[in-house]
Amino acid sequence: MTRTLAILARNPLSAFGIVLVALVVLGAAFADVIAPFPEHRGAVVDFLNFNKAPEWPYIFGTDLVGRDLFSRILYAYRISLLLAVVVLAVAVPIGVVTGLIAGHFGGWTEAILMRITDIFLSIPPLVLAMSMMGLLEPTLVNGMLAVTAMWWPWYTRLVYNLTRVEKEEGYVLAAEVIGASRVHIIFREILPNCIPAILTKMTLDVGFVILIASSLSFLGLGVQPPTPDLGSMVAEGAKYLPDSWWLTVFPGLAILVVVFGFNLLGDALREILGVDQ
Amino acid sequence: MTIPTLLIRDLGLTFRTYTGSVDVLHGISLHINKGERVALVGESGSGKSVTARLVIGLLQNSRRTRVSGLLRFEGRDLGTLSAAERHALRGTRMSMIFQDPTSSLNPVYTIGAQFHEVLRRGAPEIGEKTAMERAAQLLAEVFINDPARVLASYPFQLSGGMNQRVMIAMALANEPSLLIADEPGTALDVTVQAQTLKLMREMVDRHGTSVLFISHNLGVVREFADRVYVIYKGRIVEHGGTADLFAAPRHPYTQALLRAVPRVTGGGIPDIEEATDCFFEPMIVHEGCGEPGDQA
Repeated sequence: MTRTLAILARNPLSAFGIVLVALVVLGAAFADVIAPFPEHRGAVVDFLNFNKAPEWPYIFGTDLVGRDLFSRILYAYRISLLLAVVVLAVAVPIGVVTGLIAGHFGGWTEAILMRITDIFLSIPPLVLAMSMMGLLEPTLVNGMLAVTAMWWPWYTRLVYNLTRVEKEEGYVLAAEVIGASRVHIIFREILPNCIPAILTKMTLDVGFVILIASSLSFLGLGVQPPTPDLGSMVAEGAKYLPDSWWLTVFPGLAILVVVFGFNLLGDALREILGVDQ
Repeated sequence: MTIPTLLIRDLGLTFRTYTGSVDVLHGISLHINKGERVALVGESGSGKSVTARLVIGLLQNSRRTRVSGLLRFEGRDLGTLSAAERHALRGTRMSMIFQDPTSSLNPVYTIGAQFHEVLRRGAPEIGEKTAMERAAQLLAEVFINDPARVLASYPFQLSGGMNQRVMIAMALANEPSLLIADEPGTALDVTVQAQTLKLMREMVDRHGTSVLFISHNLGVVREFADRVYVIYKGRIVEHGGTADLFAAPRHPYTQALLRAVPRVTGGGIPDIEEATDCFFEPMIVHEGCGEPGDQA
């Protein structure tokens, strides 16, 4: 604990990252309380106040149908974070388990699993997600599915490499000698030693998942209106640049803040957990 | 005549590789009676460690190996046992300790948690509390003064010598009849190695454990073993009582091996006290060796 604080004190950027992430998470969690116009997350029309530059009470301005951008960004964060959490909650276990199995068993198991992983890695991620979204209906769930499909192979690679190193460690042999089962060795001996690296990567990835999901919705393949989404808000506003600059700049900044925040947090975690890459 | 704890006869081992097969053991025979300490000595690559892996049953499952000959443990032929039966012997009837005690312990668990795991091999129903009591008892046996602190520690928080004692205590926790020591403590410094070896000898004497002691270090073998087998390129070349064999080696390889050892004067590894008062006397600086800036 004291060591953690010392690392943060030495590295103000890490502390800044924690603050950014905390702001985003709290903003999303308490959107109902914080947002000045909670009802604006849905299909609301207010033509009296449409396309307004930032002014009180619309601190980020309003969009083309008069909805408060600040309120919509808070709710968009909610969806982005939910998407990131669900994607990682599905992709990480799949990647970790395939990586552990490939790394531990070797031979044909390894060859087959790693070649499948390589195939996924060889397709440019956005192309893979776009083709999946082209086949499926553009909904939130399918968006998650598409991003998950492109995300798990990275964890397989990471955990596979870690397992290859860890399985040569003395404690694995010592466990075999006392008669530990394969399952025990893989999940109780090797996996715990991979956790710091996995956690660090997950934190770094929250930002990137949000970025990719935003790119998808920027292209019209993600969450559909009227649900607020950072990517589609940027896409919509881009048509009215540079006159209505707030339509793009604020959602864009919102993406920047969350990606930057999680990156700094990931770096901090890497140092605290002592992971070297 | 009683049944030997371990009986190996004409044991052969071949590794199959892509380019052909390599014979690693060319039919070795050895036996260990109950409570006996037997050393298998040889240089790197002579086949010592694979013999240990075969006895503990870790090589038989690989498709790359071909094993021939007889391996009999407490009268049971290991070759005819199923994988599950062999598995049941590991950690209960036989156990093993390794070169580097610190890396043999998983860094993410406390010593206590790992002890619990080991004890559960012998008694699956053992609870947290009983396990910790038993572990503390075992640690006290290897002269660890504050078992509670050690049990709550992670391996990297303890010294190598301390971890080695923990390993010895763990290896004997389930009262195995055979302990395989594969170059134990080679990674430790010599004085600590000597202390822990002495300790290990006392422990196996008390528990009546048979030991297969694998080493390339002749000084250590001389201290520890009752009988010695010398192995060279997969063949046993000499077998004799420790004192006889060291006094008058008969095989040319053994003679060469003994000539290669730096002479230890004064009989074996010196005894070094853990701490005596005189070790805390003030520092002595030889003439002309003062640190820069010091008056002396």
